[in-house]
Amino acid sequence: MSRSIKKGPFVQEALLGKVQTLNAKNEKKVVKTWSRSSTILPEFVGHTFAVHNGNKFVPVYATENMVGHKLGEFAPTRLFRGHSGKLVADKKAKPE
Amino acid sequence: MARIAGVDLPREKRVEVALTYIFGIGRPTSVRLLSESGVSPDTRVRDLSDTEVARLRQLIERSVRVEGALRTEVAMNIKRLMDIGSYRGSRHRKGLPVRGQRTHTNARTKKGPRRAIAGKKKVTKK
Repeated sequence: MSRSIKKGPFVQEALLGKVQTLNAKNEKKVVKTWSRSSTILPEFVGHTFAVHNGNKFVPVYATENMVGHKLGEFAPTRLFRGHSGKLVADKKAKPE
Repeated sequence: MARIAGVDLPREKRVEVALTYIFGIGRPTSVRLLSESGVSPDTRVRDLSDTEVARLRQLIERSVRVEGALRTEVAMNIKRLMDIGSYRGSRHRKGLPVRGQRTHTNARTKKGPRRAIAGKKKVTKK
């Protein structure tokens, strides 16, 4: 048994509490969170999370396939707009 | 002719090594299979008796996932990552390294041969 299995999955306690109250009330509400390192548990399936990416909150709908992954994996922190170069420069010079 | 899991085993090699020609079997698995089936790892493939070959074939079919089945499993795992929209899936889609390696330099295995970029000066050696 590896050490990480012994320790169990990490979930921010406040987040887990919020989801559990939602489950108890049988409600679906968007849960805003900064806790990107929280693991998606089976209880989370069907809920939508607003995961912070450092700038905005990205909506993440938890499905069964996502169980075991971290919330942050679904809210990318980087925005790649492509490289500069001739093609990009031409487009900027004369936008038709 | 020793044919296991749709792969022809090289005739001149020791079975311990020859089994590793099957996708999904490396040295540790090969050693384990041979001890479980009671075949000496030192015999050459051409010296294997028919019963030994049959025993190995049966054991492999039952206990390990090899070749096509294993390849589909790996492909399915990658497809799952891409479908759920995870970061790792997006890295697979873009053909970039998945496990956080640097891409400023290196990463050529994943990115393939260098492509020329228009307008970039070549560095020449003196």
